[in-house]
Amino acid sequence: MSLWFWVLAACAAVYATKLLGYLVPQSWLVHPAVGRVSAMLTIGLLAALVAMNTFSAEASVTIDARLGALLAAALALLLRAPFIVVVLVGAGAAAGIRALG
Amino acid sequence: MIPAAPVPLRRSPALRTGLSIATAISLYGVSFGALSTAAGMTLWQTVALSALLFSGASQFAFIGILASGGTGAAALGAATLLSGRNTIYAVQMKALLNPRGFKRLAAAQLTIDESAAVAMSAPDPLERRRGFWGAGIACYLFWNLATVLGALLGDVIAEPEALGLDGAVVAAFLGLLWPRLKSLDAWALAVLAALVTTVTMPLLAPGIPVLAAAVVAVVWGLTSKGARS
Repeated sequence: MSLWFWVLAACAAVYATKLLGYLVPQSWLVHPAVGRVSAMLTIGLLAALVAMNTFSAEASVTIDARLGALLAAALALLLRAPFIVVVLVGAGAAAGIRALG
Repeated sequence: MIPAAPVPLRRSPALRTGLSIATAISLYGVSFGALSTAAGMTLWQTVALSALLFSGASQFAFIGILASGGTGAAALGAATLLSGRNTIYAVQMKALLNPRGFKRLAAAQLTIDESAAVAMSAPDPLERRRGFWGAGIACYLFWNLATVLGALLGDVIAEPEALGLDGAVVAAFLGLLWPRLKSLDAWALAVLAALVTTVTMPLLAPGIPVLAAAVVAVVWGLTSKGARS
């Protein structure tokens, strides 16, 4: 019962964080600076997601097979590989590096 | 809704990207289901987290804190904090898609790293819409099916890492970022944002480093002159 309370409360709280962004008044979004900030924010957020998924470790950062996946994916992108190939190259690199130990 | 579609839905690059990402994350859904039941959650509580909370990092934090003996309040706090970046995605999605009425409520639930990233990296409004809804709905279905599977199969599941799934996720986000790196300005910001995230990861609570990078990007956008993208 108590655990159910926290589960449902967390679901409601996280949904609120998502909905909150959609409740920003439209008038705030038409300011000319918003377009430029939005483009920069996209780059910043995606780069942060790349870094977080590459180096995250429990309460720290670490270098492991995921860095190999990042480099292999970058190489695939330089060679203009399609998205799905880039993803598979990333998986293959991480799995391969781990298999080689 | 759209009178003339340049590319048919079946061949939409954004939709294909969304489906690839949803496939890549689904094995994480299996491990979430397995770990959640191992952490003492019932099948239905596990399903509720995937169906109602639906934000991978927040879900793993929630069960991780409970499994390590943390309180329900601490688990709720971490899950909510980790979802702070979803608020920023939601503002972005409102600016890009502006869904209304029931669609807004549904869009809010589907606003996660993957759906926002696919929408943000699509080249035009139609592809953005297809990317967001395609990735969002595919991730939702795959993630929830995978969760149930993992909760039922329990410990039998192989580690997603052995298959390189974590490498696939890294590659996917780099693949979404890549088309945006067309200027020196963009490269500089991307490197700075990645640095800020990595350096603050050991110092700040999980999820907050991404918000720190977001702040850096906003300041960059407000201060850099003639920034183009």
